[in-house]
Amino acid sequence: MLQITGLTHSYGGDGLKVLDGLDLTVPDGQLVSIVGPSGCGKSTLLRCIAGLIQPTGGRLTLDGRPINGVPDDLAVVFQDYSRSLFPWLSVRDNVALPLRRRGKSRSERRAAAEEALESVGLHDAGRKYPWQLSGGMQQRVSIARALAYRPSLLLMDEPFGSVDAQTREDLEDLVLQVHRTEKMTILLVTHDIDESVYVGDRVVVLNRSPARVHADLPVGLPSVRDQIDTRGLPEFVQLRAEVGRLVRGGARVPGAAPVGAQPAGVAEAKGAGAKPAP
Amino acid sequence: MSFRRIVFGAAGVAGAVALLEVVSRTGLVDASALPPATTVLGEAAKLAVDGKFLADVAATLQAWFGGLALAVLVAVPLGVLLGSVPLLGTAARALVELMRPIPSVALIPLAIILFADPTQMKMSLIFYACLWPILINTLYALRDVDPVAKDSLRSFGFGTPSVLWRVSLPSAAPFITTGVRIAASVALIVVVSTELLAGGINGVGIYLSSTQAGGGRTDLLLAGAVWAGVLGLLANLALLGLERVAFRWHSAKVEAIA
Repeated sequence: MLQITGLTHSYGGDGLKVLDGLDLTVPDGQLVSIVGPSGCGKSTLLRCIAGLIQPTGGRLTLDGRPINGVPDDLAVVFQDYSRSLFPWLSVRDNVALPLRRRGKSRSERRAAAEEALESVGLHDAGRKYPWQLSGGMQQRVSIARALAYRPSLLLMDEPFGSVDAQTREDLEDLVLQVHRTEKMTILLVTHDIDESVYVGDRVVVLNRSPARVHADLPVGLPSVRDQIDTRGLPEFVQLRAEVGRLVRGGARVPGAAPVGAQPAGVAEAKGAGAKPAP
Repeated sequence: MSFRRIVFGAAGVAGAVALLEVVSRTGLVDASALPPATTVLGEAAKLAVDGKFLADVAATLQAWFGGLALAVLVAVPLGVLLGSVPLLGTAARALVELMRPIPSVALIPLAIILFADPTQMKMSLIFYACLWPILINTLYALRDVDPVAKDSLRSFGFGTPSVLWRVSLPSAAPFITTGVRIAASVALIVVVSTELLAGGINGVGIYLSSTQAGGGRTDLLLAGAVWAGVLGLLANLALLGLERVAFRWHSAKVEAIA
């Protein structure tokens, strides 16, 4: 379980405050979408969880242990696959490299890499180099690299922001499939409202910088999702509208639960959720 | 290199040779000041089998490679250190910018005092001249390593030494090699001018000044100069070839972005 309490971060000492007392608890195995206006501190939040930056205030624990440096069972998928993959290594070696931390032999690392590539549908790309692949395939390689590492917590920082719409849908389904089969906890940061609802078990909306949790909505859609059917469901449409309103900074008190004075349609959407509407 | 480029390159060289030939033969320029190109090339061909001249080439190459290798051994680790520790880099910057513009040839008198052996003297000046392009390329390449690439490895729990070894050095390597290639051409200039100015026993520069003893043989001087140019060309081609083969990922990536 990931527990965040009062997370605050400012860049450059007492400079720009990006996060301001953010609280979030994520139980094991949940897929949480994090949305918010651009520049609201979503990436900073992920970087704090990943231990890549030391927050200026607040408390982060993973399975009860405070996060102090990069946690062991964690992997990150960055938006910019072309900068995140190493062009001097073959696709297979890119995927196999992090497994050095797992104390595996060379042949074990390669076998695990091939297996992970297979699971993202890239079984014959191992000997190629990342720059010989399309953008969508490169992002699949980053996902395979994260999967091969077998993390219990997977962080994805706008992972589909730089691919075309068709590829984006394929990759969203890949994440859903991975989540079903690997049972890992996934935090997916996105600025795409549709995506946040389509992929998430839960959507966390952050407000404008300095960010804290603006709203926290359960997604009551069936666990097996389909790009055409799911997006056509009234629950999907209504939840999407509500998240959209929240992201645009709707008339809601920061931190308040998304209940109370809301349009009838939205209340209905809540009713359709897995959790009963209060 | 494509066949087309080789053909056009050869045509350019042949054209220049023909032009020089005509200029000299027609008397537009005094033939004793600028001998016909065929005469120069004929003398250059003779030099290729002249044992004395080959000993000069060997001495020049020895100082050239020795000084360059020494510069690589010092400048690369130093550049890595200054490039990866920002505080040290900033502290060294003023010193580097002050030392770098000092021409190596200005240090010839000092090198003569310090080193009795002519090879050592030449190597020390080459070392000084080569240090800067390699150091500066290494330093900036290290500083410009993509932070996303570094974070990618860090996020899998790798520490600073691993990130340096597995991400920073590989991504800086093409720029470091370019620095070495620039340094190699600088080194050739330095070694020949040192030989010309400081004298010694063997060396292409020594040969060049010897052609001017007595009557002065411009054809021999130019034949020696042709060989000096060929040496520079070969060194550059060898290093370019290395860059193409070893850093194929780099040129391919640059082309993909362009």
